[in-house]
Amino acid sequence: MTTRDWEVVIGLEIHAQLNTASKIFSGASTAFGAEPNRQACAVDIALPGVLPVLNRGAVERAIRFGLALESQIAAKSVFARKNYFYPDLPKGYQISQFELPVVVGGRIAIQVGDGEQRYEKSINLTRAHLEEDAGKSLHEDFHGMSGIDLNRAGTPLLEIVSEPEMSSSAEAVAYARAMHALVRWIEICDGNMQEGSFRCDANVSVRRPGAPLGTRREIKNLNSFRFLQQAIDYEIQWQIETLEDGGRITQATVLFDPDNGETRVMRSKEDAHDYRYFPDPDLLPLVIDPAWVDQVRGAMPELPQAMRARFMRDFGLSAYDAATLTASREVALYFQDTIDAAAGQHAKLCANWVMGDLAARLNKAELEVGNSPVTPAQLAGLVLRIADNTVSNNIGKKVFDALWNGEGASADAIIDAQGLRQVTDSGAIEAIVDEVLTANEKSVAEFRAGKEKAFNALVGQIMKASRGKANPAIVNDILRRKLES
Amino acid sequence: MINASLTELRAALDTRKISSAELATLFLDRIERLQPALNAFITVDRERALDAARAADARIAAGTAGPLTGIPLAHKDVFCTQGLLTSCGSKMLSNFVSPYDAHVVSLLKAAGTVMLGKTNMDEFAMGSSNENSHYGPVRNPWDTGRIPGGSSGGSAAAVAARMVPMATGTDTGGSVRQPAALTGITGIKPTYGTVSRYGMVAYASSFDQAGAFGASAADCALLLGAMTGFDPRDSTSLERPAADYTQALQSGASATTPLAGLRIGVPEEFFADGLDDDVRTAVEAALAEYRKLGAQTVAVSLPNARLAIPAYYVLAPAEASSNLSRFDGVRYGHRADSYSDLDDLYRKSRSEGFGAEVQRRILIGTYVLSHGYYDAYYLQAQKLRRLIAEDFRRAFTQCDVIAGPTSPSTAWAIGAKSDDPVRMYLSDIYTIAVNLAGLPGLSHPCGFGNGHLPVGLQLIGDYFDEARLLATAHGYQQATDWHLRRPALAD
Repeated sequence: MTTRDWEVVIGLEIHAQLNTASKIFSGASTAFGAEPNRQACAVDIALPGVLPVLNRGAVERAIRFGLALESQIAAKSVFARKNYFYPDLPKGYQISQFELPVVVGGRIAIQVGDGEQRYEKSINLTRAHLEEDAGKSLHEDFHGMSGIDLNRAGTPLLEIVSEPEMSSSAEAVAYARAMHALVRWIEICDGNMQEGSFRCDANVSVRRPGAPLGTRREIKNLNSFRFLQQAIDYEIQWQIETLEDGGRITQATVLFDPDNGETRVMRSKEDAHDYRYFPDPDLLPLVIDPAWVDQVRGAMPELPQAMRARFMRDFGLSAYDAATLTASREVALYFQDTIDAAAGQHAKLCANWVMGDLAARLNKAELEVGNSPVTPAQLAGLVLRIADNTVSNNIGKKVFDALWNGEGASADAIIDAQGLRQVTDSGAIEAIVDEVLTANEKSVAEFRAGKEKAFNALVGQIMKASRGKANPAIVNDILRRKLES
Repeated sequence: MINASLTELRAALDTRKISSAELATLFLDRIERLQPALNAFITVDRERALDAARAADARIAAGTAGPLTGIPLAHKDVFCTQGLLTSCGSKMLSNFVSPYDAHVVSLLKAAGTVMLGKTNMDEFAMGSSNENSHYGPVRNPWDTGRIPGGSSGGSAAAVAARMVPMATGTDTGGSVRQPAALTGITGIKPTYGTVSRYGMVAYASSFDQAGAFGASAADCALLLGAMTGFDPRDSTSLERPAADYTQALQSGASATTPLAGLRIGVPEEFFADGLDDDVRTAVEAALAEYRKLGAQTVAVSLPNARLAIPAYYVLAPAEASSNLSRFDGVRYGHRADSYSDLDDLYRKSRSEGFGAEVQRRILIGTYVLSHGYYDAYYLQAQKLRRLIAEDFRRAFTQCDVIAGPTSPSTAWAIGAKSDDPVRMYLSDIYTIAVNLAGLPGLSHPCGFGNGHLPVGLQLIGDYFDEARLLATAHGYQQATDWHLRRPALAD
């Protein structure tokens, strides 16, 4: 794909479902997966005469979000009605926020790319506002008719609107991932994309460098990072080709079809709705007392950005390691617990184990870090034994496996029980070296003839003979001395 | 019994002069007799009423009766009643049986009142004459060729004809006070937020407020007292200490001048062009009576009151256009028999389900909220609303209550204004400003105009001053007998 001579401008609108137990304006449950319409009360189905009452928990989550992004928490915001007809919108309007949203401004740091190409960028937020979700229309299974499921109607959403500051699908995905990690970090959203708890709309336009903003098209309802990337890439390519072929882009809302990887127009600007927003007279303006904000601030967890900086400062970790460890709160807390148990020492070794063997094993077993069979204290015990040469790194993997399989309560217990302690007694090692040299005259001859590879083969034999327990550095010293003497 | 006050009915029930079941039967029989001439009811439920009456009798026997236990009433059909048709006077909801009770309905049920039925009304409470009902017009008991006022015309006519001793209503632009005036009874609309709107089908949410109809201020005090109170299900409901309106009636300074010290503001704007002479004469006589009772009248000015009607007819339809969107034929209510697609379903169901006035207001509301018109109409009207409220605030620095005519005319002939919506809208010229400001207002009978048709006097109070309004009217009613006059009906 070429974006040669074109500049891409992307802004994202993310709908994060807030993890309150009940709906934003009613007492019905928000749990996912119930039989259709079993979690829709009189308010949700909009019976005549019913009224909305704002869920305090939803507001509290919006405050947490605003604090995490250094946004302004509006002292007064207003719920407005967005009017349109659709069967899964029972009131004929959605209660949202329009002119005065609860969260204004803010920024989030994103990490884009890998290795040498990796860079950090800060993306500004325009706003975030509270609103209710609609129900679902079910177009299958009802011969010639549509079904309506209102379980989701009234589920609280935080709509997070970015400034149009991303210039590639990679940046858009990095932003979405950072936001996804953040909302889970501050525990306002479960982030389950399959269930629709975190959905992205992407506004995409292209322009010649320096030219005014191009006409944008909005890709609706992307519920995976892969689709987000594919949809944006397709859209960019399509817009560039259209413009290069002398065509014009008209403002439109489009849908991404994952089956053929293309976007198609859902509605054009001409049939855009006039939503006739006006303040909802059933709800008073939302007034947030500064004392409440302070209270929420006091209960905020350490945020990824702060934790990343601290890991670099206090533990001397690289920016990459610190960012990887803080990609999710669970991992960061696991690492923190590990290093605490290791009395703050050997941070790099702790980090390597958490990001390496532990992550690989968890991944293979499809386990979350919170459910790891190896506890942070156990991992720290192992790290300490590697650091003090009780076991080599390789034997350490063996000990880790044993811990994973529950073969012992601690690294020390396993090392003792399985006799894995490293041999550092040079007399004992020398005896093994002599044995191996006698049995491998061919390799000795090859080494002396100048084949350095033969040296490694001999080390391997010695380690094997010691069942891996010989200290590799001492083995190297003794072997070289013997061969070169 | 038919003409007894609520206090007299209480005494009769408590002394077992009559049982609640007998009382209910008495009124149910009267409803049956008068309904053909007046059409005040949409639903009458004798069986349910008698069940409730028997339950009330048990409470009375057990000594756990409250002030209203066992007393019959009717609810305007805008209040949701569980298991009973709640039509709002509309074809749209002509098949809607509510699965829940409105807050007001459950409060009055808990108080032991006996609901006899649901009263007729202008469709979705939009109207000033009760001619906009899918169930046909209500007729004025004083002259069945005339309208009873609206939109709570059924409740007003029912109380005036003593088909029930008391009834609920709602008042968005005058819908309690104006029909009370036109049918010669007392009606009060409290401060916005005093009565929960939960279960009251919304017309214009920021104006809608439930109110009470009775023969007198004393009766209204009892009914309203049982309707008020904070409801967490209505975000605009106000948390306030409970008020005992009945207790407040007894605050008269002396028997001969019970209203001594009361300053009654008389706005010159309410006596300008457009006020019929017979109404003016009766209201001025009432003001003279008030002075005789010790009150002092002072001239006040409400310079922006003339803008109340245009402001109201932007804001109320705006809210209505959105509030009535839920009536789409999808989940409940009227759905067209056949339709080609979704848009056609909406179009046909709504065109068939809503009457002309409702459609007119939905169109006006949709227009004023539309892109490019919002600032010019909706926001301008909101500014007027604040100016009008400010007028009242200023006036209340000079007086305790404001008095004037409730309606510029007495009841008019059915059909007389049907083709002229603006003339119809102007009949609420004195009541609408009160809703824009959210203030309490009361109308009580104060004489008769031409053709022996009742004239009402409106009292407007400052916020939360319901008790003073009721006490003021009560003071007047202790000295006069207009509220005791009954229409001559074929009994």
